[in-house]
Amino acid sequence: MIKKVVENANIAVQDIFDGATIMLGGFGLCGIPENSINALVSKGVKNLTCISNNAGVDDFGIGLLLQNKQVKKMISSYVGENSEFERQLLTGELDVELIPQGTLAERCRAAGAGIPAFYTPAGVGTEISEGKEIRKFNEKNYLLEKAFNAEFSIIKAWKGDLSGNLIYKGTARNFNPIMAAAGKITIAEVEELVPIGELDPNFIHTPGIYIQRIFQGNDYQKRIEQKTIREDES
Amino acid sequence: MSLNKFQIAQRISKELRDGYYVNLGIGIPTLVANYIPENINVVLQSENGLLGMGPFPILSEVDPDLINAGKQTITTLKGSVLFDSAESFSMIRGGHINMTILGAMEVSENGDIANWKIPGKMVKGMGGAMDLVSSSDNIIVAMMHTNKKGDSKLLKSCQLPITGKKCVKKIVTNLAVLEITNNGFLLTEKAKGVTVEEIIKKTEGNIEVSNNLKTIDV
Repeated sequence: MIKKVVENANIAVQDIFDGATIMLGGFGLCGIPENSINALVSKGVKNLTCISNNAGVDDFGIGLLLQNKQVKKMISSYVGENSEFERQLLTGELDVELIPQGTLAERCRAAGAGIPAFYTPAGVGTEISEGKEIRKFNEKNYLLEKAFNAEFSIIKAWKGDLSGNLIYKGTARNFNPIMAAAGKITIAEVEELVPIGELDPNFIHTPGIYIQRIFQGNDYQKRIEQKTIREDES
Repeated sequence: MSLNKFQIAQRISKELRDGYYVNLGIGIPTLVANYIPENINVVLQSENGLLGMGPFPILSEVDPDLINAGKQTITTLKGSVLFDSAESFSMIRGGHINMTILGAMEVSENGDIANWKIPGKMVKGMGGAMDLVSSSDNIIVAMMHTNKKGDSKLLKSCQLPITGKKCVKKIVTNLAVLEITNNGFLLTEKAKGVTVEEIIKKTEGNIEVSNNLKTIDV
């Protein structure tokens, strides 16, 4: 079997080049590939186009790449809560493409599934429909949206085995499975790397066929953006 | 007396029906979860990948791997299910969500909604709002009747970039409940102590008063 396991994040990202387009899993700070992002910061690779639902916060997640001025373009659905992002956007240092979250997800899914483009109702009649083909099906208008084309996908799972089969936990799943299939090279970091046979095939979320590299990450911070609790009634 | 945000949420909760799958937006819509009638079962969808959203956790239950679309920590319930973002928006675009409740900066008399961008100011993005409003035929807006300057948010046509066209069905504000009809806004309920004249004055778009006008019961 081809060896997919690599020693650490630095080795996993070593061939990511200046100007590359990369997908990064996660929703907010939930389920983001923390180790790989830190490795990209250390490596100092520049002019990245990052496809990710959000752009992290000032001092964590993709925010670290922004602080280090490594990002040329962000493709996201929501980019609040990041003042360095805002500064770079207003000064024109950073190019930003905002797209509906469902369109972002489907452009990932389509890329992994061999579908070059698809029609969606999201954004019809709004400024995001400008310049796009509109077609009517069953008396309703739809926009033509194209699949992404990313050189690398970097994702995070809870458990993974040596062949790249993955299981996610909670809502940390989000964009990770669809980005896994979409990258030409997909790097998966996991909290726990287990031998083949340890994961029940009935409960694997991402088949290892989509994964080219896998490593066990460490020192996960798992920061919470909005810690919200209720009173314990007991 | 105009309604406060909790009373707006309470009024909207009366729109819920047994068996509904519902997506709640950030802000006042999130509060609707506190007023679901006890005799019905409603399943809340969080578009980051959860059906069956439970209440906020107690301190010992906090899990960074379990958040809602507003990035708040939450819990699951018995019968909850987790899924990826493509599956989540398949549910939304596929019309499987029975009701969507969201906030707005402006609504026009033909049902256009604007809630994602203020040109010249910081643009945070539309998140899942464009997908939601383009795919549901049961969209309820929760918002204040006027903005901080006192200008009407119920307009002839939206001034801000729109999120979706002709999609809003009903609006619950601090002053009134209005439906969108072919003739514009139809005032169906007014807050106790608020006059029809005040509501008309604070509604820029075309407004008609229902023959069966009621007082909002909260």
